[in-house]
Amino acid sequence: MIRVVLPTHLRTLAGIADEVRVTVQGRPTRGKVLDALEAAHPVLRGTIRDQATQVRRPFLRFFACEQDLTHEPPDAPLPEAVAAGDEPYLVVGAMAGG
Amino acid sequence: MSRVRVLVGTRKGAFILGADGKRDRWEVSGPHFPGWEIYHVKGSPVDPNRLYASQTSGWFGQVMQRSDDGGKTWNAVGNKFEYEGVPGTHQWYDGTQHPWAFARVWHLEPSLTDPDTVYAGVEDAALFRSTDGGATWQELPGLRTHESGPKWQPGAGGMCLHTILLDPQNPKRMFVAISAAGAFRTDDGGATWTPINRGLKSQGIPSPEAEVGHCVHRIALHPSRPGVLFMQKHWDVMRSDDGGDSWHEVSGDLPTDFGFPIDVHAHEPETIYVVPITSDSYHFPPDGRLRVYRSRTGGNEWEPLAKGLPQQDCYVNVLRDAMAVDRLDPCGVYFGTTGGQVYASADAGNTWAPIVRDLPAVLSVEVQSLP
Repeated sequence: MIRVVLPTHLRTLAGIADEVRVTVQGRPTRGKVLDALEAAHPVLRGTIRDQATQVRRPFLRFFACEQDLTHEPPDAPLPEAVAAGDEPYLVVGAMAGG
Repeated sequence: MSRVRVLVGTRKGAFILGADGKRDRWEVSGPHFPGWEIYHVKGSPVDPNRLYASQTSGWFGQVMQRSDDGGKTWNAVGNKFEYEGVPGTHQWYDGTQHPWAFARVWHLEPSLTDPDTVYAGVEDAALFRSTDGGATWQELPGLRTHESGPKWQPGAGGMCLHTILLDPQNPKRMFVAISAAGAFRTDDGGATWTPINRGLKSQGIPSPEAEVGHCVHRIALHPSRPGVLFMQKHWDVMRSDDGGDSWHEVSGDLPTDFGFPIDVHAHEPETIYVVPITSDSYHFPPDGRLRVYRSRTGGNEWEPLAKGLPQQDCYVNVLRDAMAVDRLDPCGVYFGTTGGQVYASADAGNTWAPIVRDLPAVLSVEVQSLP
């Protein structure tokens, strides 16, 4: 079970109160986690990564275990603590005013 | 008594403003989708409770929303906008070629006959259509792949298809406008398109009378005379009496012919409205006085409409999709400002009053006339 923390607007959009938990087959990767997240909450399709290219939206980043995982390949294994459910996988929106 | 429902898109959510036919006491609902940019909300002419909304964000991309109960509840629908084939390139600000890339939906135009059919004008400029209530979207690629496409370029707000007009007398005919490419017409339901920009003159582009490259801000028509088009261009208010084949200027005695919206009175096809803005460098009304101008002669002779509007220290803008008219009698006219005011006139523009004063910057205003 992977724990995913989303930005406020995406939680509201998907009707998620707090963390969301997803299950993936095999060793968790960002791609698998996002696939599972979008399958469970189809309204999130296109909001974290482009639907056509699967490219991350430029104002979003991925953190876990106090590491910046934004530029890891989508099929790179996530940290053990994330895979074990001990630490959440954080989808973070860039801070900006306006 | 008839009612009206004003659909307002803002930088930070959507608002729905309702009133009876007197249009003097308003109920405000919202924000819907708080925190998101709502570029446009529009209702189906055949099912007024069917609304479509474009919800967008620089962070999270495009979301499409649909309501089947007049905006009380909403459901996200399909948001996959994929260009047909290899998108190719258009002109970038510096004249180089730049890949076509979807950014957002600027404008939604529900079908005149089918509530499940709706057109979407998007940035980078293209026209999409859904025939299943927004669940899926298909491009009408004949527009984007027009041979002039590589010459299209973005305006400061992006290369947006911001206006879609459906001809109520000819289901095969549509008009669209793109900043900064110009106006286009199809006579075969969207398969092929013709640039309709003859007569436009735009200083600041290499050839002022080029076939494409004009920054058309808005076009409008009256349903009873869809061959007569009115245009607010970057500069110049224009008119066509031949379905866009040719245009002539009707700016006449306007204090400035720069502006964004233009609309037509619901019952008087020769009565049109614009909001003059100082210039492309100064996006606010001349002299700090917010005035709508009305022509009852289809252009050239204009009268200022200021009663009830701020006449000093007013430096807001009125964006291209932020004006609408209702179908009641007398005709109601509505517009929203970048300062968050939505003004209404229940007497065709003679007098104005704010419905709301403190919304986020208004991007779009539509109005539904309800039984």
